[in-house]
Amino acid sequence: MAEVKLLQRTESVAQKLTGFILQTESLTKRFGNFTAVDTLTISIEAGDIFGLVGPNGAGKTTVIKMLTTLLPPTSGNASINGNSILHDPAKVRRVIGYVPQLLSADGALTGYENLLIFSKLYDVPRQERKKRISEVLDFMGLSDFSDRLVRTYSGGMIRRLEIAQAMLHRPKVLFLDEPTVGLDPVARKAVWQHIQQLRVDYGTTIFLTTHYMDEADQLCARLAIMHLGKVAAIGSPSELKSSVGETATLDDAFAYYSGAEVDSVGGYRETSRVRRTARRVG
Amino acid sequence: MQRLGIINYLGVIVNFTNKTLTIAELEARKLQHDFTELITRAVQPALWLLIFGEVLASIRAIPTGNLPYLDFMAPGILAQSVLFIAIFYGIAIIWERDLGIVHKFLATPTPRSALVLGKALSAGERGLAQAVIVYALAFGLGVHINWNIISLLLVVVVIILGSALFSTFSLIIACLVKTRERFMGIGQILTMPLFFASNAIYPISIMPKWLQVASQVNPLTYMTDALRALMLVNGPTVYGVPFDLLFLVVTNVVNVAIAAKLYPRVVI
Repeated sequence: MAEVKLLQRTESVAQKLTGFILQTESLTKRFGNFTAVDTLTISIEAGDIFGLVGPNGAGKTTVIKMLTTLLPPTSGNASINGNSILHDPAKVRRVIGYVPQLLSADGALTGYENLLIFSKLYDVPRQERKKRISEVLDFMGLSDFSDRLVRTYSGGMIRRLEIAQAMLHRPKVLFLDEPTVGLDPVARKAVWQHIQQLRVDYGTTIFLTTHYMDEADQLCARLAIMHLGKVAAIGSPSELKSSVGETATLDDAFAYYSGAEVDSVGGYRETSRVRRTARRVG
Repeated sequence: MQRLGIINYLGVIVNFTNKTLTIAELEARKLQHDFTELITRAVQPALWLLIFGEVLASIRAIPTGNLPYLDFMAPGILAQSVLFIAIFYGIAIIWERDLGIVHKFLATPTPRSALVLGKALSAGERGLAQAVIVYALAFGLGVHINWNIISLLLVVVVIILGSALFSTFSLIIACLVKTRERFMGIGQILTMPLFFASNAIYPISIMPKWLQVASQVNPLTYMTDALRALMLVNGPTVYGVPFDLLFLVVTNVVNVAIAAKLYPRVVI
């Protein structure tokens, strides 16, 4: 018993000392001759909301795929909560939650069933499942709709359900890939509020990618602007803005660091993917 | 220390089984919400039995020994409809990949092989629903059905094995071709030869030699052979039910192993 306590304390001390829940070292992914992510080295503090922004094709989704263990890096490494994505992918999967860019909740099931299946896949103990599910439903404001088929949900509700699915096991790091793409302004605001509340109530570290500078400005404590697979700039939104000019907006900073050729790289596949999501949520 | 090793090992097996059943539960819940799909699936076997079956039975063109042609054909049509459902599981995977569902499953601590086997069992659930329909149709057409409980249970086993086999095969192809358009083309190319180069609607003995060889490595032949023995009163078998089952189990193990290796690549 005493040993366990001690262990827990040393762990939390170690976390305080380094402070970083997620670190990447020269993380690189090449597809043939094309370098999608080029020696990415970033550190994220526990409890922060960290944003990765950049034009289409900058490598944001590839970074998320590597960190969520879906895609092995060509070289380099990353650790999440002390587990290496190379050597302990199974342990990494236990401490992360992931909401893909596309709509991934199952429309043929009810909201409750979507959550039930994932509580089982995430090894939430049997006796706790019901409680956990009603807790996340309540948190995301979906309790009244839990018995309805998800295909009858609005885009914003589906997004909230997906975030609920990804927080059932109380992950240390939650990955949100373009969480508000295709949502109307009201639904976006609702999603933002829930993301912020998630950090406050559960201390979850949130790693998100976005195209929207207003979203990055609102939510993120720190931001990295990616361009052609590299980090072009990193810092708090206000730091990034003032580094470009006194009256600069985040849009200016984005254009400055990503070379302003905003739509030069995203290919057909990415465009059709985003459009499809937009159509489904719209 | 060794004790701990065994407990770990058991834990892995329990975890694997639970996860597999969870994936299968997901499919069962979907089916429960959408009965119309099951009904529309009944049309194809009905057409085969009612039109093709009745016509060929009346001209007596196919030598089936003492067995009436409809009796001979009914287990073949059951095997065929299981094949047709399972072979398009791959396209469901590509669809789910395009939606991001596969990504989300792969990011959970679920063993890859459990994801694949869970999908295979899901195909089995649909196959069983199909079996109920074919049994009802066959009974209505006067096929001499064997209602022995053990035979029925073995039919369930054969259908699950067959569905799992063809759905994992389809999954492997989906992981290799990766797009819906290509899969649709290949799916057509595969299902027809699998169906016609088998004993589903005529005995292998009337085929030319080269086609006989092809039929004898076709899993659908062994599935049909087992179903014919089990579904009918005094059902005939060429290879024997134990050998049929063995063939289906071995091909299943190989397919699941290959599919589990390829499955994570579908998102790349």
